[in-house]
Amino acid sequence: MRHERSTGLFLASPYIVFFTIFWLIPIAAALVMVFLDWDLVTPPRYAGTENIELLLQDVRFGRALLNTLVFLAVNIPLQVALALALALALNRNIIMRSFWRGTFFLPVVISGAAVTVLWKALYSTDVGLLNQMLNAAGVRSVPWLTDPTLAMPAIAVMVTWKNVGFYIVLYLAGLQYVPRTCYEAMAIEGATPWQQFRNVTWPLLRPVTGLVTTLSVINGFQVFIEPYVMTGGGPLRRTLSPVLYMYKQAFGYQKMGYAATIGVALALIMAACLFVGRKLAAGKEAA
Amino acid sequence: MKRALFYLVLGLAAITFLYPFLWMIATTFKPPSEAGTLSLLPDAPTLDNYRAMFARAPVGRAMINSLLVATTVTASVLVLGSLPAYALARLDFPGRRFVHGVTLAYLLVPSQLTLIPLYSLIVRLGWVDSYRALIVPFLFNAPGVLMLHKFFLQIPRSLVDAARLDGMSEVRIVFGVFWPLARPALATVGIVTFMGTWNEVLWPLLVVRDQSTMTMPQLLTVFTLGGGAGTLGIQLAAATVLIVPVIVAYAFLQRHFIESMAGGVKG
Repeated sequence: MRHERSTGLFLASPYIVFFTIFWLIPIAAALVMVFLDWDLVTPPRYAGTENIELLLQDVRFGRALLNTLVFLAVNIPLQVALALALALALNRNIIMRSFWRGTFFLPVVISGAAVTVLWKALYSTDVGLLNQMLNAAGVRSVPWLTDPTLAMPAIAVMVTWKNVGFYIVLYLAGLQYVPRTCYEAMAIEGATPWQQFRNVTWPLLRPVTGLVTTLSVINGFQVFIEPYVMTGGGPLRRTLSPVLYMYKQAFGYQKMGYAATIGVALALIMAACLFVGRKLAAGKEAA
Repeated sequence: MKRALFYLVLGLAAITFLYPFLWMIATTFKPPSEAGTLSLLPDAPTLDNYRAMFARAPVGRAMINSLLVATTVTASVLVLGSLPAYALARLDFPGRRFVHGVTLAYLLVPSQLTLIPLYSLIVRLGWVDSYRALIVPFLFNAPGVLMLHKFFLQIPRSLVDAARLDGMSEVRIVFGVFWPLARPALATVGIVTFMGTWNEVLWPLLVVRDQSTMTMPQLLTVFTLGGGAGTLGIQLAAATVLIVPVIVAYAFLQRHFIESMAGGVKG
């Protein structure tokens, strides 16, 4: 139908124009900007591979990647363990289920900026609530955000607290597909709850765990506001995140070419991480 | 006994999630001398923190900016986004596969890749410190288009044919026939878009420097970091203003929030 073809194109055209300007051109521009030295004011200068060479030697970028690894090393296991434990608890026959679920989900809907300002107060060395509780228990105050080895794990714990409700809901959805008969059969054979978990729940939930891990990795590479507000990337750059570094290069030093290079590198590194993760998961499945 | 222990542990976990928010709200009503205490009831309640906050930062303006930006973006994502979603689902037009493919591909592109070029574009367009910078790049939303598209596919073709026989235009079919049937999908996309825009902070930090155009999360960040906030009570007052409307909405629409924000992933 001629009429349908032209109407379809007409209705889709604003969207086509939009994604050309705001997605396709920026993606192409990112790849071009890798080769430019540009401060947004003076005309861009062709810089050859300067940005790439700089990035490969940049210890701050390396540090930012390492920090992301530290973040993920704390965040992923904690997230999986807490989300799974709480989902299993909520999946039982309990009273006020929607209250519990709603409570654990609450931080998910709250602005990251507000959560960060709140946790900066909780972590504060002198008046922070955490240290007051420790003091009450007779333990000395811990400099959560000013100790170079503790700062990034502290941020990872906060982010886990903020996001865990989201992953609880994913696990709860996954648990609906675990057949009750499996447990009944195992119970008859005298399996302990731990054996049931180990042999039924955990393997059947592996796809959800894979999803949780994937989303956590993506999320981990996007960490920005938390170190920006809590530590500014310190102490000793131990909480500098890749996005915070990119922001500083662009906004602080007007190095658009270099900032774009960081963006491209990040996209490639994330793609590589997720690809390797997928392969590993597939290998496990086959084994 | 075992059951009591179970609820005790669950209760402790819940307190870990609720207490920080309650403490935060309580602290905004405490004088500086009480700010660091664990109690949830101020001994000498005061509104000084809020008075100081409103005197030092344009909080009212920032809340209006946030509401304006989030509402406009959400309305656009729903209204404008329905048109390509409908065209992709029910109209055979040249390039349809390509448009659908690009939309799917967008989901795989991390935002870090396009952030700097987009920022450069906004600067070159002279849109820094304007609402345009906060709204225009988000008028459409690929996941939103895909979700509406998926829902529209479930609406029977016969309805479209009948509406056409009645002489309805395609645009009227979208808003008169599809929208009433697509309420759950519209609610999901609406909630996710509104919350995402309301909470966004990196993009405003890049494209807005003028306090009168700042959104609330951005103002909170700048106010806290710039030292303008002074005491803890004033900082937390600004954070409270930002989150209380969300908590109130969440209290009434909890199920919708959870199903939208966590359900969208599986879609």
